[in-house]
Amino acid sequence: MILDGAAAISMLLALFAALGWAPTEATMGDVQRIFYFHVSTGWVGFSALLVGLVGAILYLWREEGRFDSLSLASVEIGFTFITMNILTGSLWAKPVWNAWWTWEPRLTTAAILWLIYLAHLMLRSSIDDPQRAARFAAVYSIPAAASIPITFLAIFWWRGMHPVMGGLTPRMLVTLLLSVGAFTLLYLALLRHRLRLAHLGREIASLGEQAEKRRT
Amino acid sequence: MSFWRVVAAIVWKDVVAEWRDKEVLSAMFALAALVILIFNFAFELRVGNVREVVPGALWVAFIFAGMLGLSRSFVLERDRGYLDGLLLAPVDRSAILVAKSLSNWLFMSLIEVIVLLLASALFNLDLMRADLLLVTALGTGGYAGLGTLMSALTANTRAREVLLPALLLPVAVPLLLAVVKATAGLLDGGTLAGVVHWLQMVIGFDIIFLTLAGVLFGFVVEE
Repeated sequence: MILDGAAAISMLLALFAALGWAPTEATMGDVQRIFYFHVSTGWVGFSALLVGLVGAILYLWREEGRFDSLSLASVEIGFTFITMNILTGSLWAKPVWNAWWTWEPRLTTAAILWLIYLAHLMLRSSIDDPQRAARFAAVYSIPAAASIPITFLAIFWWRGMHPVMGGLTPRMLVTLLLSVGAFTLLYLALLRHRLRLAHLGREIASLGEQAEKRRT
Repeated sequence: MSFWRVVAAIVWKDVVAEWRDKEVLSAMFALAALVILIFNFAFELRVGNVREVVPGALWVAFIFAGMLGLSRSFVLERDRGYLDGLLLAPVDRSAILVAKSLSNWLFMSLIEVIVLLLASALFNLDLMRADLLLVTALGTGGYAGLGTLMSALTANTRAREVLLPALLLPVAVPLLLAVVKATAGLLDGGTLAGVVHWLQMVIGFDIIFLTLAGVLFGFVVEE
């Protein structure tokens, strides 16, 4: 409850700060303001996927359902945030680079990252047995995550280079940190709800199994 | 039984079983040859020098034909109950993965040699060079190893073969990139020394993903 409220309030504050309070950037103008949400969804989304990976490894090691729930919830939220990251990046790119997309290293790696986690979610939904789905998704996560830095390196060798961050005034930095904080709170709030949902799902499944046993 | 004797036995079983009807091998060859042909038509309309697209066209053909062979490795096993037999035997689980990867690698390599001969004739290029064959073999090895693990994951799902490309291709991107670059470098008149950093990426990928596949396979087949 408090987490949801905190997430909502910080999101509103971040929105206000990014659109109004932060100064207008010298070269790019107002379109630069999308950067606060682009970077926030990027950092938080990527971290969420890392949490998903850790959950997967823990699940393979310990085989406890809660690790799989953590992994699934974090991957779902992270995937959504990465989608937002790519879309905001594209919206920014058109007025600034005059192209919706380029095949430079970070973008290409981001697209492949997106496809990998799409495949991850497809794999989960195509397996009926929940324990097998958890195990297979966890197994897939590991080479999938390992390939991402390698992909970035390969494409970096293949093409030369995304704007690097620099030259932030104090107000911009505060806005950025506020925005990252807001998205982190949003992630935690969503995670809490999703974990509760997963836990309830597992309880229902085990109740169903018990009912089956009693019937036979 | 020792690890390598088990691997050899499983590889031999796969080779003999496939050689009897050559069902999958012929499907793989047909697909690869068709891809090469279609690329020729597709790019002749736009690109002046078709030779420039040969490395990419070859590897697209190998990747998709290879996918056919990979999906076979566990689907057939499951359908005919061979996998249960293998799992009941007191063998190290990773021996099954190594054996399956090896047989997939063998089948893919056989098709690749035939397709390279065909492409040499069609594009009037010398593709049967030792350095090119080495690069092809190295790239195929990593793809076969990773693909065997992914095939084991998808063989048990509802979506089956449809899911395998979605799972395998994004993860295999760096391998594909490196091997196409290395192939292109060689065809542009270079030597192995000239493409050494791409070759390093291919070998690095092979080692990392074959190791991961070997370690993770046990989790896939446990019941």
